[in-house]
Amino acid sequence: MKYLNHSKVIQRMQRRILINNLFKSLFFMATTFGIIVLAILLVQVFTEGIDYINFDFLSNRLSTVPERAGIMGAILGTLWLMAVVIPVTMILGVGTAIYNELYAKKGKLQSVIQTNIANLAGVPSIVYGILGMTIFVRSLQLGSVVLAGGLTMSLLVLPIVIVSSQEAIRAVPGFLSEGSYGLGATKWQTIKNIVLPASLPGILTGTILALSRAIGETAPLVVLGIPALLLPFPGGLLDRFTVLPMQIYYWTLDASLVREYANLASATIIVLLLMLFLLNSVAIIIRNKFQQRY
Amino acid sequence: MKIVTGLTNTAQPEKNLRKVFNTEDLNLWYGSKHALKGINLPIYEKEVTAMIGPSGCGKSTFLKTLNRMVELVPNVETTGMIHYRNQNILDKSFKVEELRTKVGMVFQKPNPFPKSIYDNVAYGPRIHGIKSKKILDEIVEKSLRGGAIWDEVKDRLKDSAYGLSGGQQQRLCIARALAIEPDVILMDEPTSALDPKSTLKVEELIQELKTDYSIVIVTHNMQQAARISDRTAFMLNGELVEFTDTNRLFSNPEDKRTEDYITGRFG
Repeated sequence: MKYLNHSKVIQRMQRRILINNLFKSLFFMATTFGIIVLAILLVQVFTEGIDYINFDFLSNRLSTVPERAGIMGAILGTLWLMAVVIPVTMILGVGTAIYNELYAKKGKLQSVIQTNIANLAGVPSIVYGILGMTIFVRSLQLGSVVLAGGLTMSLLVLPIVIVSSQEAIRAVPGFLSEGSYGLGATKWQTIKNIVLPASLPGILTGTILALSRAIGETAPLVVLGIPALLLPFPGGLLDRFTVLPMQIYYWTLDASLVREYANLASATIIVLLLMLFLLNSVAIIIRNKFQQRY
Repeated sequence: MKIVTGLTNTAQPEKNLRKVFNTEDLNLWYGSKHALKGINLPIYEKEVTAMIGPSGCGKSTFLKTLNRMVELVPNVETTGMIHYRNQNILDKSFKVEELRTKVGMVFQKPNPFPKSIYDNVAYGPRIHGIKSKKILDEIVEKSLRGGAIWDEVKDRLKDSAYGLSGGQQQRLCIARALAIEPDVILMDEPTSALDPKSTLKVEELIQELKTDYSIVIVTHNMQQAARISDRTAFMLNGELVEFTDTNRLFSNPEDKRTEDYITGRFG
């Protein structure tokens, strides 16, 4: 006897295809929702801000008079912040990941540490601000300077870099390192010549994510006492500074007082997005250059 | 009784031969699992020694103790002695890196590095400190010739090793092992991932290499052991059941278990 009744199958075919298409449209709508909201945001920001972007806006010092206000200080501040965050997170993050994956003995302690690192990625950024305030600004008496801000921001994004670097290192097939050990290479030679080059694309992906977060983060800097209204340009690690998101935050707050501040905020958002875009592009180019298949 | 055909190798009498390795009462545990039980096995110079036995009998583990690669597995304990040219390599003070420079290894699955063909072969010499381009060029050519793959790759040394076929990749890996000018080459089922034609090429290569190197090969394939080895060790459940010259082991095994295995009654 036959188990499958073909005439019934054909009867139900219509319904099955309908459900199939229903789910396809559902997932499509989920994607469009995000894209539409983002598009609205971009359109609004661009219509409000694009006319305000000119050479003066980019190169001038800050001013309370909208026509003379510029964001050079904030651009420099953001760049200085990155100059601290990039090397600190790369060295500490990748170093921690290498130790955890390749040196640390697997055991209870290691898995406790592992879980905690993952949890740290979810701690609210303002908590890191308080931490940075306590350690760098107060205890080490650095004050609200580039170094204090950069180190605080590094702490904030470090868990992301560590976790993603560890995943990248873990994804390197064991037979590659075995091949290297089999030729008499030391552990460090194997890490340097085989493991790191193979995991670099993954490590960079994590680092890009982390930097994107650091470049747009504001809350911890508010706690650190980073001002938005600052006239002098930062020129070193121990100078006071401000950053683009800080500028956006204050201009948006005061938009009810001076109408044009809203436009300045939008213009600053455009500049911030462009910087982010440039940073990501560079990282993606580096990543593709080192991408390997095995 | 003729069980396996094609026996051509006749091992020399043992007393005329020098030993490269000699293991004495070698025991190994993976955690609580006793994987090698009191192994006493000599490896003779410039011979092919085959290790056969069913899966999980400890033959690969034994191979990996000879260059201490087994230590990459966590919770491994060993007792007993492995003498390599009269030095106990299980001694804590013995440097594994030094050992692995003398004892090269070829793995089950071809595992070239994601680098060019040239850089794969030059990897070993480079980590041991050779920087001169001229010397590296010479080593690369010599090793690739030794690996019987030079003619196939000489025009594309800068290409990725991943463009090669599986069989070529395995011969490249053999060439890579030759580049550190080892004394012994360990091979862990080197043809199990290859097609019959590539297998034949690798087997021919092993025969050629025998004149300059001592070779220990783990194989699942009894015909292969019979074809290419001078001496064969049969292992079962972590024990060395029988070790004698290949001809004798396959034609006139002493132990009942060896006979059962090679006649295909289990395994």
